[in-house]
Amino acid sequence: MHVIKVEKAVEMIPDGATIMIGGFLGVGTPRVVIDEMIKQKKFNLTVIGNDTAFPNSGIGKLIVSKLVKKIIVSHIGTNPETQKQMIEKAIDVELVPQGTLVERIRAGGVGLGGVLTPTGIGTVVAEGKQIFKINDAEYLLELPIKADFAIINAKKADCNGNLVYSLTARNFNPIMAMAAETVIAEVDEILPIGTIPPDDIHTPGIFVDYIVRVR
Amino acid sequence: MIEMDAKVLIAKRVAQELKDGDLVNLGIGIPTLVADYIPQNVKVLFQSENGIIGMGPIPEEGLEHPDLTNAGANYVSAIPGAVCFDSAMSFGIIRGGHLDVTVLGGLQIDEEGHLANRMVPGKIIPGMGGAMDLVTGAKRVIIAMTHTSKGEPKIVKNCTLPLTSIRRISLIVTEMAVIEPTQGGLVLKEIAPGLTVEDVLKVTEAKLKISSDLKIMKIEGM
Repeated sequence: MHVIKVEKAVEMIPDGATIMIGGFLGVGTPRVVIDEMIKQKKFNLTVIGNDTAFPNSGIGKLIVSKLVKKIIVSHIGTNPETQKQMIEKAIDVELVPQGTLVERIRAGGVGLGGVLTPTGIGTVVAEGKQIFKINDAEYLLELPIKADFAIINAKKADCNGNLVYSLTARNFNPIMAMAAETVIAEVDEILPIGTIPPDDIHTPGIFVDYIVRVR
Repeated sequence: MIEMDAKVLIAKRVAQELKDGDLVNLGIGIPTLVADYIPQNVKVLFQSENGIIGMGPIPEEGLEHPDLTNAGANYVSAIPGAVCFDSAMSFGIIRGGHLDVTVLGGLQIDEEGHLANRMVPGKIIPGMGGAMDLVTGAKRVIIAMTHTSKGEPKIVKNCTLPLTSIRRISLIVTEMAVIEPTQGGLVLKEIAPGLTVEDVLKVTEAKLKISSDLKIMKIEGM
């Protein structure tokens, strides 16, 4: 695990990268890294996240800056710019039920070949997907999602990269931390090793490659 | 009959459905209002998709915490004993049958009790968020919605909008009626004070069976 400046962290991301970004309507989203991505103009991104937040916050800022060619999210209703770009066919939007999205990411991170979920059976979500009957109930096969980068947000880290999240800012962050080739965590503070009790750590540091401290 | 805002009436009636000890998820819009009308002797815990059980009311000005919000990104509080968790846990609770009640809004409900609540193709495509998981997994699904939209029936023979789930929802509460979807069809169980059965049927496209035990909705303040 390395502590690096936000500029260096973002320089590692190439145009066209597939990136998971933590957060729920901007809460728990790594905002400093996102601002730097806009500054460095990373184009043609595929972004995986819960939603596209608002035009002035979270993933929404990347959409407004026209840096995203495809998004995989559960909700775009709070960001008119996403809907506008979707109608203009400037952005490809894949909508996934929220519970399915998080399990697909988890599957990608924990070495599963997919997940079987009842959510979406009999709806448009099931189109083109395999259906399995198990104990008289039907389930959709949903495939894993992985990414080149996961950019996540945590309250604090220790020098081993162990992470602790805050309240509802946790959301997708610990799941995404497992599912990307390179994981960049934006944190408020970095503490000495041993100061966070082992039982209190949410994400083991082995998942985290780089830490960006923002305070 | 005393005039009452339709949304308040719906919220008050839905609140009567909650039982002491229930774990409850409220959707945005009318469902959110339900929290204001829960009977005093009933204690429930509120869950929110973004990862909390024990969500409390909107905090006083100045006491907002930037990391403590509901699924609509509004600041909330946490009651003593609240717990926060990640999205996989949150939807494990929802999909896994651990949530007692979800109250959601609706665009259309058909004769079989199927709900469409998330998109109007070509017009509004917000995405399903957590709605499909909630309707699939919660023990009870209560739909709180106005009876009509711009005069058009929302309780219809067949949904023309995309379905949220093929699971039959548990109860429909509108400002005019309480309707229970059953295997045998939609059953009209209660009508609002001052209305006749005919008033309800006139603005309902779907076939309604009239309960042999038809009641008048009991709403405080009416």
